Amino acid sequence: MAMDSGAQQPAFRLSMLLYDSRYRSMTIQVFALFVLMFGAAWLVYNTKTNLEALGKPFGFDFLFNTAGYDIAQRPIEYSSQSTHLRATVVGLLNTLILAVMACITATVLGVAAGVLRLSNNWIVARLMTVYIETFRNVPVLIWIIVVSAVMSESMPAPSAFRGENATSSMLLFDSVAVTNRGVYVPAPLFSLDLGAVLGMPNLGTGLNWLVILGVLVASFWLNKRLLAHATAVQNATGIRPKTWWKSLLIFLAPLAALLVIFGFHAEYPELRGFNFQGGIQMRNSLIAMWIGLSIYTAAFIAENVRAGILAIAKGQTEAAYALGLQPGKTMRLVILPQAMRVIVPPLISQYLNITKNTSLGLAVGYMDLRSTLGGITINQTGRELEGMLLLMLIYLAISLIISTVMNYYNNRIKLKER
Amino acid sequence: MKKSVFLGTLATAALVAGYASAATLDDVKARGSLNCGVSTGVNGFSAPDANGVWQGFDVAVCRAVAAAVLGDPMAVNFVPTTGQTRFTALASGEIDILARNTTWTFSRDADLGFTFIGVNYYDGQGFMVNRALGVSSATELDGATVCIQTGTTTELNLADYFRINNMTYEPVPIETNAEAQQQYLAGACDVYTTDASGLAATRASFETPGDHVILPEIISKEPLGPLVRQGDDQWADIARWTLNALVAAEELGVTSSNLEQMAAGTNNPEINRLLGTEGDLGAMIGLDAQWAMRAIAAGGNYGEIFAATIGEATPIGLARGLNAQWTQGGLLYAPPFR
Repeated sequence: MAMDSGAQQPAFRLSMLLYDSRYRSMTIQVFALFVLMFGAAWLVYNTKTNLEALGKPFGFDFLFNTAGYDIAQRPIEYSSQSTHLRATVVGLLNTLILAVMACITATVLGVAAGVLRLSNNWIVARLMTVYIETFRNVPVLIWIIVVSAVMSESMPAPSAFRGENATSSMLLFDSVAVTNRGVYVPAPLFSLDLGAVLGMPNLGTGLNWLVILGVLVASFWLNKRLLAHATAVQNATGIRPKTWWKSLLIFLAPLAALLVIFGFHAEYPELRGFNFQGGIQMRNSLIAMWIGLSIYTAAFIAENVRAGILAIAKGQTEAAYALGLQPGKTMRLVILPQAMRVIVPPLISQYLNITKNTSLGLAVGYMDLRSTLGGITINQTGRELEGMLLLMLIYLAISLIISTVMNYYNNRIKLKER
Repeated sequence: MKKSVFLGTLATAALVAGYASAATLDDVKARGSLNCGVSTGVNGFSAPDANGVWQGFDVAVCRAVAAAVLGDPMAVNFVPTTGQTRFTALASGEIDILARNTTWTFSRDADLGFTFIGVNYYDGQGFMVNRALGVSSATELDGATVCIQTGTTTELNLADYFRINNMTYEPVPIETNAEAQQQYLAGACDVYTTDASGLAATRASFETPGDHVILPEIISKEPLGPLVRQGDDQWADIARWTLNALVAAEELGVTSSNLEQMAAGTNNPEINRLLGTEGDLGAMIGLDAQWAMRAIAAGGNYGEIFAATIGEATPIGLARGLNAQWTQGGLLYAPPFR
């Protein structure tokens, strides 16, 4: 046998797929892929045949049928005569409203608790430890139900506000009513409806709010220019011109002018019939979800913040102190900007958690996406598969959007390496 | 690789589940027990007693079916379901029969893929309010906050009723009867609405039932009945005729006390056919001749079950009303056993 054929490849034999280590991994992967595809195809096929056996064709036509049920909290116009699709949109908006509210309060609470847990004050630091450990280690559903029970069991009924010797009274100059059906707060209204004036009555006061938002953005930009100018002056002359009153003017003057032009006024809640009418009603379900999700997730965010701060070397603080910076400024100008790099990635997942946990709304009757599309609509139409698929798709989309936005923010604040 | 093993297992599980739902009767016999979906607790209709044994009007239907099929009225696994989970539980095969004050409607029968096997209670939707509110009619409820069990026909009726009468309301959706009761008693809603029988049952469990009134308006027809999956006609027949047997037994005067005596043979051929001493009706639905006898022995005939669970002598205190035999001016009318 001549051994000089080293350069020559041996002829390919089928058994080499299994015994030759060059091909074996490939074989296994292809095999695994086939099994996976077979499994997936089988599941789809099985679902399809079973649905056919039940006489339920797959389709999303049901979304265009009349929903027939009412939703208490409706950010857009909706009645029981609207379609299931519209009910779904109402649910989606309720989910988003709750998620945004809870994300904001959880962040504020969480950052405060995280910073305070590292406080040199023994009592404050221990109090925050107790808060974080208690709230983090009890399921969020229980917190939600606790808040809901406290609201409905211990707050006065609207009838307690009635009559000469009412046992309850409204707070803050008769503008806020806390009842066992929710909290009624004044509603901001405009006497000049920009949408109607411009011939777009469908937009309602939305246009007014858009204009106000636009003006605020413009003010923000102007203020930034002002500060940049102040810095330039400081760099040139060494004296920083006073800017605070200019900033105040830039923000307040256009806003106040706009509000006067629009005829801004507040509508106060008033007891009529069974309930308070007018104003904005923040229902028990919303409050329970909001507070429950906020305090629970804030405990996690607090831990993220603490971890972020502890990740910054102590030398940074000492250096800042050596330069004569006060502790507050040290935290704000030196520590937190660096800590953000550590804090933001886990913060993204906490925001995602809040958004997904809004689906617990069903427990307290909050009409979010899970309760409308995933609850009543599925129940009334019997389209479980379609409804659940749609539900999953929407939650997936929301979550992906949140992570994209937050990742963009993360890229902006992360350490720029050149 | 792990993933495919997992998926393979999942597929196999689905395969088994797929085949398992072929013939419900064989499944039930092989299992030795009947899986019966009931409510999470409505006194009188389906609720566990102090010993944890399920009792009630709907429960009795399942016990009768278990007695007819398996010979043992206690061979029933009760699966508590909410208004939202009940249909999925039945469609998926988790339960064999659903007896949970479920309204027979066109779309549930046709579109959801179920077969209603009859009506065991003719009901209608009503309202309950606190007497202190001074409301005497449902037309005075404009602007009220209404507690409502979500995923039910009552939800739709309520929306229709208030819309037709140009009234507004504030719905508070609630998952179970117990939660609704708690919310209502806490005053978080002015009105609780559900089937009138359910209201009576709920009110009976209050500390001071006299403080609450059930308004005179009945705003809907709610024929409540047990249901099974569509597509298994034999199983539907068994359930349907077990219910009919209970109704027919009352009409024919067969009670749990005279059952033995009647089963020995009577001069009424209809009773003989029902109790299996004449003809062979049981074999036509895949059971033995004594199936109906065992079903009646389980809890008595329809009238006896009604009196023992929700009748006027019980705390629930419901009159027979529409649920009397057709001979007594009611709607109960069992087709002939022939």
